[in-house]
Amino acid sequence: MTISKYDLSQTAILPLKQKDRELALKTQNLQVFYGKNQAIFGENLAFERFKITSLIGASGSGKSTFLRSLNRMNDGIARVTGKIFYRGLDINSQNINVYEVRKHIGMVFQRPNPFSKSIRDNITFALRQNGLKDKEQLAASVESSLKDAALWDEVKDELDKSAWALSGGQQQRLCIARTIAMKPDILLLDEPASALDPISTSKIEETLVELKQKYTIIIVTHNMQQASRISDYTAFFHLGHIIEYDKTKHIFTNPRIQATNDYISGNFG
Amino acid sequence: MDPIKNKIQNTSKETRQDLYGRIISYSCIILIVVVVLSIFFFVASKGIATFTINHVNLWNFLSGKNWNPAVTDDSGHAELGALPMIVGSFGVTFLAALFATPFAVGTALYMTEIASHRDEKFLQSVVELLVGIPSVVYGFIGLSVVVPFIRHHFGGSGYGILSGAIVLFVMVLPTITSMTVDSLRAVPRFYKEASLALGATKWQTIYKVILRAATSGILTAIIFGMARAFGEALAVQMVIGNNAVMPKGLFSSASTLTSVLTMGIGNTVMGTVSNNALWSLALILLLMSLVFNIIVRLIGRKGRMQS
Amino acid sequence: MKTKVENQVALAIIRLIAILVVVILAFLLGDILLAGVPHISWHFLTAPSQSFTSGGGIGIQLFNSIYLLVLTLIISFPISLGAGIFLAEYAPKNFLTAIVRMAIEVLSSLPSVVVGLFGFLLFVVQLKMGFSILSGAIALTFFNLPLLTRNIEESLAAVPTLQREAGMALGLSKWRTVTRIILPEALPGIITGVVLGAGRVFGEAAALIYTAGQSATNIDFTQWNPLNSASPLNMMRPAETLAVHIWKINSEGVMPDANAVSAGSSAVLIIAVLLFNLLARVLGNALYRKLTASKTN
Ligand SMILES: Nc1ncnc2c1ncn2[C@@H]1O[C@H](COP(=O)(O)OP(=O)(O)O)[C@@H](O)[C@H]1O
Ligand SMILES: [Mg+2]
Repeated sequence: MTISKYDLSQTAILPLKQKDRELALKTQNLQVFYGKNQAIFGENLAFERFKITSLIGASGSGKSTFLRSLNRMNDGIARVTGKIFYRGLDINSQNINVYEVRKHIGMVFQRPNPFSKSIRDNITFALRQNGLKDKEQLAASVESSLKDAALWDEVKDELDKSAWALSGGQQQRLCIARTIAMKPDILLLDEPASALDPISTSKIEETLVELKQKYTIIIVTHNMQQASRISDYTAFFHLGHIIEYDKTKHIFTNPRIQATNDYISGNFG
Repeated sequence: MDPIKNKIQNTSKETRQDLYGRIISYSCIILIVVVVLSIFFFVASKGIATFTINHVNLWNFLSGKNWNPAVTDDSGHAELGALPMIVGSFGVTFLAALFATPFAVGTALYMTEIASHRDEKFLQSVVELLVGIPSVVYGFIGLSVVVPFIRHHFGGSGYGILSGAIVLFVMVLPTITSMTVDSLRAVPRFYKEASLALGATKWQTIYKVILRAATSGILTAIIFGMARAFGEALAVQMVIGNNAVMPKGLFSSASTLTSVLTMGIGNTVMGTVSNNALWSLALILLLMSLVFNIIVRLIGRKGRMQS
Repeated sequence: MKTKVENQVALAIIRLIAILVVVILAFLLGDILLAGVPHISWHFLTAPSQSFTSGGGIGIQLFNSIYLLVLTLIISFPISLGAGIFLAEYAPKNFLTAIVRMAIEVLSSLPSVVVGLFGFLLFVVQLKMGFSILSGAIALTFFNLPLLTRNIEESLAAVPTLQREAGMALGLSKWRTVTRIILPEALPGIITGVVLGAGRVFGEAAALIYTAGQSATNIDFTQWNPLNSASPLNMMRPAETLAVHIWKINSEGVMPDANAVSAGSSAVLIIAVLLFNLLARVLGNALYRKLTASKTN
């Protein structure tokens, strides 16, 4: 276990005042264990609807672990205890249909992972598996989700091309399009731009800012400029603890905890 | 009520898909395990009958030098000594491994340490083709090339352990080569680079560093080759002469467990001593294949402990 | 100085060995093809075999080999697929799985004659199926299952975990993710393995001698009702394959042209194996290109 020079019990978590139904998601005493190793230590966090929340922190601080727990992607990989409230339900309990959870809480990964299918099929595949048969509806869904992901203009003439022929940035936007085609409530993104060039990155950032009108977005990023540019709230992770959570502008201008201050000013040790 | 909330609390078609996916894949794997178990059960129960029903002494069976299932001795027991076939099987197997190992290791070294990328690819294809040639074709070539050659140069009929071993040599060569190549490739590059940087010649590096690091992998490859040779039936049967007597040398007609089995099963009646005795030979084959498996595991474990 | 000479000599010997191996293969192929190809003709490939006179062909044996291969693949592919999916996607990391893997390894290293004898005992004798194509196909299935299963497991495992997560994150079931996303991406490897395995099955004889039998009953190529005993598709008829034929005429053949027939049959067998090898490469590459195609898919 790494010893921290900071006092991990000293935290500043903004309590969101909204009623539960105005919140998109809320965790309560969330703990995650990889075998015997604990990666998340009983965290409570609430996410406001139609806002972008950034999760920042050093590598290995538990951001991905936390994010993946939110839509049960850690099932079978880690043991997750505590509660996750979504629409008034604890979705971290036994009798929950995880497939339905994931349809409504979508996820985009660090490395683009389109299917080895055509661009069109990448988007329609899950829809068709879900029982949507109508050709026109499918076509409309392809168009609108590609437009939402700011990819439509680049690919509209070659929808039958293999997705693997796209550039990395385009592939990642296709993955975003594929996820929002399912019309989720919440979009989880795990460092979606870290493998991409600056131009693709800024395109994805623009896309996300557009998307928050329709979706609640939770994004892991190690890029602090990115967090400050696009997010409304920011949570700072350190060694599996959430140290500080606040409006993004407070975190970056006036952090209350020493660890946060050190991290955002770059003299983190 | 919130429809999404409803969906989340109920099962869906995905729940069912995963259930039947589980059922399908578990059934398939169980089927394979059942096949393996029944092979052991059937062959063992038949093979044991010689000793339990026909009361043949196990030690006499393994050490007896005369195999005449049709002849009964004074005490009314058939003459069932399997030693000639056991010696024949081990003889061809060890000889084949002895011939094949230097060729396999040499070829593998050439492919991994010396050859250009193009030559390596070419040899790779050569090895793959050799693996692909059916064993009856090896047997036929043995019959039409190796046997006359030996008859001509060493006298005798040309059939025998040496012919069998030569045919098996070519058959196990690709097996040992390709597995040796894998184990040579697994040697970390920096071992080699460090040795060369210290001024060792290429051969010294190969001999002192690479071969040493790959020893357990090469041994595994040889055991695999031996297992293949031990179990090979038709190619050997076609060139060994099929004479169930103690081999008098490399050039006299002999037999192996597999050759006696292939010749005999069709000519004996189920349930008779002569037939049961053949199943006992099959059981020996089965157990030997287990033994080879266990040896491979032991070598693997030892190799892991050393590294 | 001495070490330098030693180095030169050792490397030269290694080169020589590699050349010798190539020479061995060239000799084998040359020998079979030179002796056999002149004997191959349309008549040879289609005519029935003769037991006591010369001029016989291998028509029925060739058909039997192909039919047996197709049946074997039809039986063994789905089972291997299920088993491969289990091992790559579902198998928990525990003692039982280790046992299962060991069982498959043992099955793959069993001598094929033992597998054939088991088929003889269980199917031909106990279940009274007699020497038949079906008994043979089942024996070949046992022979083919472990390799195919391992090949499918490896091909599936080579698909990045990221692709599984992509499917799961869209709310697809694990089964659909595996069968509709992972499996298609693993297909080039699987097809290559299936075709190479087919080559092995095509040349296998030891497992067939006592299951599919050693006699080529005459079949009527105008009768395609599988229930008719003269039909090529009848699964209960004994069926000598090409590989078994080669063994048979060399062990006890009495026709005057046994040697020529063996040579011709061996050449056909080798050419078939070469074709399978080629097909495996071409298909694997073509599928791989199709998957990663930059134009259309
Ligand atoms: N699949 C896993 N198995 C075991 N430990 C893991 C796994 N994934 C992450 N961890 C551990 O959990 C801790 C948090 O990792 P992670 O959530 O990936 O951090 P971050 O995303 O902030 O870089 C690290 O100590 C890491 O080693
Ligand atoms: Mg991470």
